[in-house]
Amino acid sequence: MKNEIIVSGFGGQGVLLAGFLIAQSAMEQGLNTSWFPSYGAEMRGGTANSTAIVSDTEIGSPVSFNPNALIALSPQALGKFLPKLAKGAAVISPIKTEAVGEFVYHYIDVLKIASDIGNIKTANIVAVGALSAVLKKEAGNGIYIHKESVFAACKKVFASKPDLIEINKTAFLAGYNLIKD
Amino acid sequence: MKELIKGNIALCRGAIDAGLDAYFGYPITPQNEIPAYFSRYMVELGRVFIQAESEIAAANMVLGAVVTGKKALTSSSSPGISLKQETISYMAAQELPAVIVNVERGGPGLGNISGSQGDYFQALKGGGHGDYKLLVFAPNSAQEMYEFAYDSFDLAYKYRMPVLILADGIIGQMMEPVDFNRPKLKAGQTIDGGWALTGAKNRPSRSVKSLLMKDDMLERHNLDLQAKYETVKAAELKYESFMLDDAEIIITAFGIMSRIAKSAIKIARDNGIKVGLLRPKTLFPFPSRVLESLAGPKIKFLDVELNYGQMLEDIKLSVNGKSPVEFIGRGGGAIISPDEILEKIAR
Repeated sequence: MKNEIIVSGFGGQGVLLAGFLIAQSAMEQGLNTSWFPSYGAEMRGGTANSTAIVSDTEIGSPVSFNPNALIALSPQALGKFLPKLAKGAAVISPIKTEAVGEFVYHYIDVLKIASDIGNIKTANIVAVGALSAVLKKEAGNGIYIHKESVFAACKKVFASKPDLIEINKTAFLAGYNLIKD
Repeated sequence: MKELIKGNIALCRGAIDAGLDAYFGYPITPQNEIPAYFSRYMVELGRVFIQAESEIAAANMVLGAVVTGKKALTSSSSPGISLKQETISYMAAQELPAVIVNVERGGPGLGNISGSQGDYFQALKGGGHGDYKLLVFAPNSAQEMYEFAYDSFDLAYKYRMPVLILADGIIGQMMEPVDFNRPKLKAGQTIDGGWALTGAKNRPSRSVKSLLMKDDMLERHNLDLQAKYETVKAAELKYESFMLDDAEIIITAFGIMSRIAKSAIKIARDNGIKVGLLRPKTLFPFPSRVLESLAGPKIKFLDVELNYGQMLEDIKLSVNGKSPVEFIGRGGGAIISPDEILEKIAR
């Protein structure tokens, strides 16, 4: 089983970092993983995205053609990726939408939550927390990253800026705890 | 201990672990992580990093470094590799152990920065002039970027020939866990080999050149090169077979497309379709004999590439009419999905 997760938004919203944190967490947990970024000129157009694949078997394509999970932090990102989702995909977004489709949409104001915990730049990680909980508690194919794996990954991902480790753990939990068991 | 890193960085780590003495390059997407990484770590390690004034200069700096028995590397992406071709031909002629990396992007021309496989002909069929071959690796993972980069230096010196690593933008940009499974070698060694230009004190001087004007000399040199290529063919072939035992359809693909093909094969197998994969890890040597032995009237081949049919020609030559060979290709940085492959298989 596997989850193909797209993290998307404007350049500067930390969508590459958020995907990287998911992949690093999966590795800490002993799962197979790959991460693939949008890069170069594509990002100068304002949109950015990264793909994290998390699997208990060997990963074929690192590029996702039918993502089953989406974090969309901008209206453009939401518009671009909603039509590409697999049936039953989990969506986390702070953008309200009228779009209909066979996805499970979670409106979460990650910017406000991040601002409330003291660092608006952690909105991306709040969204990762919410998605992890959704994949564990609702979308359940058995593949999800554990809190403990994310905490271990935070130490590595933020190794060069250790003062950011705790706030990102807090951000993850803030998102994670929003989703009820 | 595995680390989650980009293919491009894995390649750098492989070269550094192999004892790389010098890197010469010039920036171009999607391989910029390579010069960026070396600009920091080669300097920290007290080794040589030079951002050259052009791709051509970088290639000639590599020629100058390896002719003295040092391990040297240059990297670029498609248009930049075109610029290096004159030097590559010279290094093949002078039997110089250079390592060259092409992280392919969409072409022809300046093209775009998406991953592509449009440089197979350039790598395999003489991007430069004259009769020569390069030993060509086609990695399909960050792990292979590390391993092939590491192994290239030994092979380049063993056979005294340039080695090319033919990667693509997706393999270069993606991150995967990489196991650094090779021993770390020291830089700063000189591999003399009886030919390197190491200073002629207390010995007769040597000459490493490609201008051979005397009667028959150039033909004899060519025959020596051809004999060497036969040795390499016999000894250095690497390929992967996946679910071939009972396969009625054999997909051929290299690099990133082999992984997408594998995704398609797993889905096809779940639906009871007997399909497998043959993936060349080396493009020269090419698994011609293996393909020939797999071919037969009940077997169908499907070649899948991010170009308009380049390796396809070698597949057809190897199969030699014994099986039908079909093809799916997309160029210009477009990518083929597992669904497109499945659709073709189902027909």
